[in-house]
Amino acid sequence: MESKISISNLNFFYGKAQALYDINLEIPEREVVAFIGPSGCGKSTFLRTLNRMNDTIPIAKVDGTVLIDGEDIYSSKTDVVALRRKVGMVFQKSNPFPKSIFENVAYGIRINKMQTSKSDLNDRVEKALVNAALWDEVKDRLSSSAFGLSGGQQQRLCIARALAVEPEVILMDEPASALDPIATQKIEELVVELKKDYTIVIVTHNMQQAGRVSDRTAFFMLGKLIEYNPTQKMFTNPDERLTEDYITGRFG
Amino acid sequence: MISAASIIFIVVGMIVMMVSNSMPTISRFGLAFLTGSEWKPADGVFGALPFIYGTIVSSLIALIISVPISLGIAIFLTEQAPKKIAAPISFMVELLAAIPSVVYGLWGIFVLAPFIRDHLGVFLETYLGWIPVVGQLFQGRLTGIGMLTGGIILALMTTPIITSVVRDILEVVPNTQREAALALGATKWETTMIVLGNAASGIAGAVVLGLGRALGETMAVTMVIGNSPQISASLFEPAYTIASVLAANFAEATDELYLSALIEMGLVLFLVTFVVNAFAKLLIMSVASGKAGAKNV
Amino acid sequence: MLSALMTGLTSACAVFAIAILVLILTYIAVRGFSAINLEFLIDTPKPVGEGGGIGNAILGSVLMTVLATGIGLPIGIGGGVYLAEMGSNWFGSIVRFLADTLIGVPSIIVGIFIYTLIVLPMGRQSGLAGALSLAIIMIPIVARTTEEMIKLVPKSMREGALALGAPEWRVTWNIVMPAAASGIATGAMLAIARISGETAPLLFTALNSRFYNYFYDQPMASLTVQIYNYATGPFDVEHQMAWAATLILVGLILAINVAVRYLARRRY
Repeated sequence: MESKISISNLNFFYGKAQALYDINLEIPEREVVAFIGPSGCGKSTFLRTLNRMNDTIPIAKVDGTVLIDGEDIYSSKTDVVALRRKVGMVFQKSNPFPKSIFENVAYGIRINKMQTSKSDLNDRVEKALVNAALWDEVKDRLSSSAFGLSGGQQQRLCIARALAVEPEVILMDEPASALDPIATQKIEELVVELKKDYTIVIVTHNMQQAGRVSDRTAFFMLGKLIEYNPTQKMFTNPDERLTEDYITGRFG
Repeated sequence: MISAASIIFIVVGMIVMMVSNSMPTISRFGLAFLTGSEWKPADGVFGALPFIYGTIVSSLIALIISVPISLGIAIFLTEQAPKKIAAPISFMVELLAAIPSVVYGLWGIFVLAPFIRDHLGVFLETYLGWIPVVGQLFQGRLTGIGMLTGGIILALMTTPIITSVVRDILEVVPNTQREAALALGATKWETTMIVLGNAASGIAGAVVLGLGRALGETMAVTMVIGNSPQISASLFEPAYTIASVLAANFAEATDELYLSALIEMGLVLFLVTFVVNAFAKLLIMSVASGKAGAKNV
Repeated sequence: MLSALMTGLTSACAVFAIAILVLILTYIAVRGFSAINLEFLIDTPKPVGEGGGIGNAILGSVLMTVLATGIGLPIGIGGGVYLAEMGSNWFGSIVRFLADTLIGVPSIIVGIFIYTLIVLPMGRQSGLAGALSLAIIMIPIVARTTEEMIKLVPKSMREGALALGAPEWRVTWNIVMPAAASGIATGAMLAIARISGETAPLLFTALNSRFYNYFYDQPMASLTVQIYNYATGPFDVEHQMAWAATLILVGLILAINVAVRYLARRRY
């Protein structure tokens, strides 16, 4: 398989406390990989090592290598800003900027100076909103505040905002945990749709969601990667006893 | 309940006492009191315009200097400096706010004023004095005591206040906003701009609060502004503010009309600062639901 | 590039502020120490050239601050408790709003208020009038910090006591107040530091005095007014005394601030 992201011997520390132990994982291009596990197992921490969001925590320390397209993102030569442009992220709680819908999506395009003209900017915003399945709902009120949207729409706006900078990988940290079932379903459909063009890593606490959207699933517990297999196999015939216990709901 | 009501009594009492005691000039001069530019207590001529002018201009000078510096410090403390450095710096800024006004005044007379006379003023006159129109601000007698010195001392005094309010406001901007910007590939500064955008009205509130403080600041200004009721284009010339005319003359004002004129000016200052502070409070509340503002006002 | 530049600019602002603080404190320390001695600390002012001191000014400041605290603290704390416990109605909002704006009202206005209220009817300036001015400055500050501190007491603590059947006032008095006590004390200390540095409201309420004065019905000297008079006087000897008096005043205020800081940190 063709690996987009390749993680080897990754250890992670918050000060003295170790949060991740010796993780090895290959994430193939244009697939959806789900991270599951009980709360506090390190899955979100792990996700945030992939675009170096943990850099914002002063006491965090990373040890090991993360290769994206064969390049070590923790090497001293890495341009973190360029990395984050390539590896987009959608957060647990939607976090639109206090700007209009249009400006939210245009923000990333502008700061990365991707637009060639005013009309190109409009096209890019429209494309991102279409891809995030939000265009039809907001096309008549692009200049109104993003805070006027419903929770699900706000989250899709944040996805559109991430898509607009044309990333290759999208990290999603429990993107539907704050949403109702219908909005969740829309996000899930969107994830499956986006897989055609993007490599997606999604953290979820919802087992059915992992089953519905992902090609592969990684199960974490207490900072360790317990099992990583195709989702199909994971949910029907897992290798590990722990995985089976978790999936069948014996602890959680 | 009674204690809480006492706060209302104080405010209402202030208005009542000040209005009733300034009746002689209010009824005698009316609005002309505020627009008259002659102030000759001995002849019974009272025009408050020079004081209003001095108050406004010195406060503006203060804000022009202190707002960018305060924003810079607050951004440094919340967005850039590591916690270990930020905490002691925050504390030092708070100490600046704790130094009494009269001490700023003393320092202003003996350290700042000579510095402005010998260095800063000369510098401004040489490099800005030749510019048409604007240059007038930086020409004239350089004694070190005057409008510019008053404005600068006010800037030093308002900086810690604006800084700590802005700092508290930036701290309540949710971290998700910073993360969202970073995840889009924003640089550190671009991320800071997003944070500032979130806090815009609160920052405006902090600035207005600083304005309120500058308008009413008394001792330090009285000691360095020169106390001369004139309206002059030059910032080097002495001026007068409402608060400083009160401080300098109130104890000696014996005849009824003079006292009434001073109290009426106090009333004007009270109403203006009251409105300015109320406005600041509303602006800050809109961001931080009162918390950040209340702690430092 | 831009980020690095802006970080440079903002840190320069921080350095500037620290530099100003250091400059002010150094001047006070250097010029103050050179003029200070025991005689200066206990003597009363004398005609220029004959020495003299600030003993009566120190006493006056202490007396007025004590009386102001005695009046302002209970009222302020009472108001704060009311705001925190029962102040969610319209009356509370008005009081809170007025308190916040009162904090921002220039202190010289308070002086005028007391002048018209106390000095004019009494016919003379007095220590009482000075202390009342300071108390008025103190009340809204103490009220608002008290309210904030009480609101920081976790709801669970309050509910735990209520669930045991304790009446509301008992919960406030026995549970909430002790939990908030150190925070309120901190606020009170800072308010005392603040009023002990006030000059403007004393100028024409307490006026000044050249003698030791233990009675609140007479004009009273204070450190701050004395500094003002010395600083604006024409003679160099006076200026030296102004620096020395400032050293005492600022030393006291900074000591309170640092102590409060230290105590507050130990609490957490």
